[in-house]
Amino acid sequence: MGLARPDTVPGPAPGTPILSLSGVCKSFGALKVADRISFDLPKGQALGIIGPNGAGKSTLFNLITGNLAVDAGTVRLNGRDVTRDSAMSRCAAGIGRSFQIPQPFGSLSVFENVCVAASFGRNLPESAVTDDCITVLRQCGLLHRANLPAAQLSLLERKRLELARAMATVPDLLLLDEIAGGLTEGECQALVDTIRSLHAGGVTIVWIEHVLHALTSVVERLLVLDFGRVLAIGAPDVIMASAEVREIYLGIDV
Amino acid sequence: MQGYVKTATRASRPFVLLLALVVIALALAPLWASRNTLQDLFFILTMLSLAQFWNLLAGYGGLVSIGQQAFVGLGAYAMFGAVILLGIGPIQAILLGGIAALALAIPTAFFAFRLQGAYFAVGTWVVAEVVRLCVSMWQAVGGGSGTSLPRDARDGLIGLDQIMALFSVRGAEARDIILYWLALCVTVATVLGLYAFLRTRSGLALSAVRDNIAAARSVGVRAEGMRWRVFLIAAFGTGIIGALIFLQNGRISPDAAFSVTDWTAFVFFIVIIGGIGTIEGPIIGVLVLFALQSAFAQFGAWYLVMLGLLAIGVTLFAPKGLWGLISARTGLSLFPVRRRLILSDPSEDKP
Repeated sequence: MGLARPDTVPGPAPGTPILSLSGVCKSFGALKVADRISFDLPKGQALGIIGPNGAGKSTLFNLITGNLAVDAGTVRLNGRDVTRDSAMSRCAAGIGRSFQIPQPFGSLSVFENVCVAASFGRNLPESAVTDDCITVLRQCGLLHRANLPAAQLSLLERKRLELARAMATVPDLLLLDEIAGGLTEGECQALVDTIRSLHAGGVTIVWIEHVLHALTSVVERLLVLDFGRVLAIGAPDVIMASAEVREIYLGIDV
Repeated sequence: MQGYVKTATRASRPFVLLLALVVIALALAPLWASRNTLQDLFFILTMLSLAQFWNLLAGYGGLVSIGQQAFVGLGAYAMFGAVILLGIGPIQAILLGGIAALALAIPTAFFAFRLQGAYFAVGTWVVAEVVRLCVSMWQAVGGGSGTSLPRDARDGLIGLDQIMALFSVRGAEARDIILYWLALCVTVATVLGLYAFLRTRSGLALSAVRDNIAAARSVGVRAEGMRWRVFLIAAFGTGIIGALIFLQNGRISPDAAFSVTDWTAFVFFIVIIGGIGTIEGPIIGVLVLFALQSAFAQFGAWYLVMLGLLAIGVTLFAPKGLWGLISARTGLSLFPVRRRLILSDPSEDKP
């Protein structure tokens, strides 16, 4: 896509992973929701995250975006330690996210939702982002809804708005939280096509999803989470063939 | 260019002219209005400004405070204290009222922002009660029974002699004229300032924070900074208006200055009846309140019961208030802030 983030800091050394977690831990009381999670994500890759309900998938996202603080471990973005940074400054550093349950700014129009993200996410004046907003709305199939209040959108359109708002910040790294959940087969396919074209444009993606066929049609690597631990990480077909994963995730007796 | 953004509506252009005419007519009110009318207009203007600041907090910022009387009262008392104890001129002391309210708002926000929703509302009320109790122990300004503004301070108002000569009126009337003009300036500045703010990208971000704070943070909005800014601005403005109201009253007591009915319940009523989260709403709301007060105030407590029932009825059946009903029917927007996207290629408007 044709949008550029104004680059003021020198870029990281070539080959630096865009996202790097090492030893990330988080507990809610006695419950360990993230237990020494470590992985690297190379630039341009799409990583899928699967795991049973309560495995700590959304929590992991909140730790990456800074909506939750880690108990231990570090989160690096483009080689820079962002562990202590707020959600707002991590957005400025290049993380865009969609929420599992769509969180539109309900009283604003679709265009205004995207406009806030484009203007604040890239720290540009409102007048400078209009064309970029139109481009993002077109990519996400929402242009004909631009002046509608976001509260009036259908579920599919809300999910598209989540995607559009995240894309408007021109993220280096896009986090998608169950964006295909609850959609019909046709809607799901249309959304997957949009995501695939964004990924083809060079965006790095981490995607949590229960709709496996949607996920595996896009991602190059799969990470399995269980009780807050990384159970396996690797190529999707290898992971899905593993007996341990099949037992835990699919509940198949082997 | 693929398109552009438009905020103006068809009605908003002629309305600017109408608004200018109304402001000019109001500025000339000392020429055409009786002293009673002038005092009524003073009431309407000051209540409108208070309502707009509460509207900024609750309607745009999602910060439903029921402790704004803390800032009215402290602003008024700071003005009285500065006049009585320091001998500062009353009009200069109004500014000190605003600064005192601002100073109180900083620790208040520090505590109250840790609370959410209804807890925030109750927290601000508790702060207001604490301030009221503290002020009622301040003996130099009359303690619990209050005090009056010294006569020489009231007669030493800036420009009093000129106004007396210009309109050939007595001192008391000239004082009303000066304070009325001040109220008009404060109100015009409040409404236009609020409108200008809402049209900036910060105004848009404030609505985003109100709708969903987590999502606003994750697209790069400084949500906490936004809330702080709005709370401090509202406190400063509320303090200024409090000082102005009690300068006009000439007498102050803790019960009057920190009255939750006068400075918060009436303000609620104005904003909710008129339409919360709009600039037009409070303007309609204050006129409704004034009309009801003129017609039914002699019924005392029953009048307040009726106001309460009316407010409940409106929240249940027309949650966007009278202005919400009007704008839904007609599509009117006199102070438009919504950004509409106009595409260069209209065929893209279709799916």
